[in-house]
Amino acid sequence: MAGFEFLLQQLVTGIANGMLITLIAIGYTLVYGIIEMINFAHGDVFMLGAFSALTFLQLVGAQAVRRVRNVDQAPSPETYLWLVLAMILAMVFCAALNVMIERFAYRRLRRGGRMAPLISAIGVSFMLQNVGLYWKGASPVNFPRFIPQIDLVKEIGIDSFVRFTTKDLFVIVVTVPLVIALTVFIQRTKLGKAMRATAQDRDAAQLMGIDINRTIALTFLLGGALAGAAGLVSGLYNNTANFQMGFSYGLNSFTAAVLGGIGNLNGAMLGGVFIGVLAALSDGYIDPRWTPVVIFGTLNLVLILRPTGILGQESAERA
Amino acid sequence: MVTTAAATRRSFIGVASAVAGTVAGGLPAIAQAASAAQGVQVIKFVSSFPMTGSSYGQTSTVVNAIRMALEEADRKAGDFVIEYEALDDATAAAGKWTADKEAENANKALNDPDVMVYLGTFNSGAAKVSIPILNPSNLVMISPANTYPGLTKPGKGEANEPDIYYPNGVRNYSRVVPADDLQGAVGANWAKKLGAKTAYVIDDTELYGKGIADVFVSSAAKLGMTVAGRDGIDGKASDYRAVATKVRAAKPDVVYYGGITQNNAGKLLKDLRSAGVDAPFIGPDGIFEDAFLKDAGDDAEGVYCTFGGVPVSAYTGDAKVFAEKYAKLHGGNPEAYAIYGYEMTKVALAAIAKVNVKDRAAIRDAIFATKDFKGILGTWSFDANGDTTLTTMSVNEIKRTAEGKLEFELIEVVSAG
Repeated sequence: MAGFEFLLQQLVTGIANGMLITLIAIGYTLVYGIIEMINFAHGDVFMLGAFSALTFLQLVGAQAVRRVRNVDQAPSPETYLWLVLAMILAMVFCAALNVMIERFAYRRLRRGGRMAPLISAIGVSFMLQNVGLYWKGASPVNFPRFIPQIDLVKEIGIDSFVRFTTKDLFVIVVTVPLVIALTVFIQRTKLGKAMRATAQDRDAAQLMGIDINRTIALTFLLGGALAGAAGLVSGLYNNTANFQMGFSYGLNSFTAAVLGGIGNLNGAMLGGVFIGVLAALSDGYIDPRWTPVVIFGTLNLVLILRPTGILGQESAERA
Repeated sequence: MVTTAAATRRSFIGVASAVAGTVAGGLPAIAQAASAAQGVQVIKFVSSFPMTGSSYGQTSTVVNAIRMALEEADRKAGDFVIEYEALDDATAAAGKWTADKEAENANKALNDPDVMVYLGTFNSGAAKVSIPILNPSNLVMISPANTYPGLTKPGKGEANEPDIYYPNGVRNYSRVVPADDLQGAVGANWAKKLGAKTAYVIDDTELYGKGIADVFVSSAAKLGMTVAGRDGIDGKASDYRAVATKVRAAKPDVVYYGGITQNNAGKLLKDLRSAGVDAPFIGPDGIFEDAFLKDAGDDAEGVYCTFGGVPVSAYTGDAKVFAEKYAKLHGGNPEAYAIYGYEMTKVALAAIAKVNVKDRAAIRDAIFATKDFKGILGTWSFDANGDTTLTTMSVNEIKRTAEGKLEFELIEVVSAG
C-alpha cells in the first residue's frame, strides 16, 4: 500500500464527512447571518431529522440491503421511493420544527439583548435531546443499510487501495445540489434578496416593506430543511443514530461555520470540508484520541490570526 | 494525572456527603429504632450497576437475578431481614457508567448504617472509584462482572495495583467472575487457532478495555503473533472510518477490540466492515450482550466473543434450572451476567447466616472465608485476593438462527487455570 493511496483514502472519508458537516453548518451560519444568534438547538434538530426518517422507514417497512458473501445486494426498487419520501418527510419535519422553535423560543426575545435568545436556544437544545432520548432510548440505534455499498473504483476495473463507494457518492450527490440550490435561492430570488436585506440592516429592510418576521421564519425553515436532509444522509451514511449525535455533529458544524466565517455561506462550505478533511487526516496520521485537540487547536489558531474566520471579510454580503 | 484529578474529586465528594450524612443522620436512626421496636433487624444490600443506556438490557437481568436469590431465601439471612436497593451508576448523557455517579452511590451506601453488602460494580473502571471509598469502612463489595485483573491481583496491572485501592490494608472487594489475565489469553489463543499471524488491537481507553487489550497483546506475543497496529478510540466519536482505513492498510489477520458495547463498539465494527476489513473480529465479555447485537446490526454476524463462563444457551444442571425459572418469572432470558448476580447474592446470604451479626467487618471476613461454596456455577472458593477459583472460559460466535435472529453460540469451553 502506497502512502499516497492511504492519503487519498483519508481525503475521500474527510470530504464525505465534510459535506455532511457543511449541510448542518449552513443552518448555523444562515441564522447567525440574519439575527446574529447562535442557534444551539440546530444540531438537535438534525438529530430529530435522522430519527423521523428512521421511524418512517421502519413504519413503511422499507427493505434493507442484504449482504451475500460480502457483496451488497441492491434493495428492491421501491426502497428508493421510500428513501426519497423519507428525505422529504425529514426535511419538512425539521423545517416546521425549526420555524416553531423560532416562533416560540426566540422571536419574543429578539429585542431582549444577545444573551436571552442564546440561553433560550440552550434550553431548546436540552428539550430536543430529551425528546430524542424518549423517542429512541439512550443507546445508539441501528440505522439499517438502505444504500448498497459498492466500491466504484473496483467496478471500473482499477485495483487500488482507495475505495470510493456508492455510499460516499450518495453523500456528495445529495449535498452538493442542495447547497447549490440554496445559494441560487439566496442570490437569485426575491425572497433571497429579502433575506440578504434583512441580514444587512433589519430596520432599513422593514422600511422597504420587507416582512421581517416572515423572512426570519424563512431562514429557519431553510436551515431546518437542510438539517433534516443531513439527518437522513447521516443515518444512511453512518448506519447509526443516537440522541446525542446532534451535539457531536453540531459542535463540529458550529466550528466549521466559525472557522469559515460565521454568517458567510461560502465560509460554511469551506469550513465544513476543511473540518471533515482535518479530522480524517488527524485520525489517520496522528491518533483518533487527539482529533478534537487538532480541530479545536486549529480553530483557536484561526481565530487568533483572523478573528472573523477564513472568509469572514465578506460578511457585508452575508446571507 | 487523571488519577490525581479523580482522587481529588472523590475526596471532595467524600467530604460533601460526610457533611450531608451528619446533617441527615437523624433519619436512618429513627428508621432503625422503628424496626428494632418490631423485633426485626434489617440488613440492607445495595447494588451499583449502569442502568441507563444500553447496559440496562444486561444489568436489569442481573438485578432480577439478585431479587430472585433474595426471594428464594424469603428475604432472610440468620436473624435478619434483607432489604435491597438497586442503584444506577450511569447517566443518560454519558450512556454508560460515570465516576461521579459511582462515587455518589458508594458514599450513599457508606453513610447508610444498614448497608452491609455492596453488590457491584459492573464496570471495572467504576470499581476503581468505589473500592477506595468503601474500603476504610470495611463495607464488603462483591462484583458479578468486573474483570480487570489489577483490581485484585498483584503484578497483573500497574505497579501500585492493587494495594492502592485498599487504603486500610484489608481487602474488602471480591468477584465471582474470573479476571482478564485469563480472558485476554483465551482471546489470543482463539486468534491463534483461527490461524492468525498478525492482529490489529483497538481499545476504548477505559481501565477494563485497555487492560484486556494489553493482556491480549502480551499473550499474542507469547504465541508468536505480531501486533500490526494499536489504536484507542473515543467512544463518543461520530465515526471510525479513518481508523478503519488504518486497519485495512495494516492487513491484519484478526481485529481485537478491548472494550464495552457502550463505547461505540457496534459503530466501530460497522465502519471496519464497510471499509472492507473482512478479518475476524474478536471481543471480550464487554460486548457479550444483546445490546451489541442491536448496535452492530447485521455486521455482528461472525463476531467472536470470549467470556468468563458459559453462555445462557449452554447452561446445564442447576444453572439451567435457574435460567428456566428466570424465564418463567420475567418472560425473557437472563443475560450472561445474571447468573453471577444470583450467585453472589447467595454467597452474601450464606455468609450473613453464618456469622449472624450486623457488623460490616464480620460480614466482610465471612464472605472472604467462602470456601467450597456449592453454587449454581459449581463448587468454588474465594482466594486471598477475593478472586473466584473458577476458571471456566468460553469462546462464542454470533450466528444467525434459522429464524434469522442473531445469537451468541458457544463454540468452545476452555479451562484457563
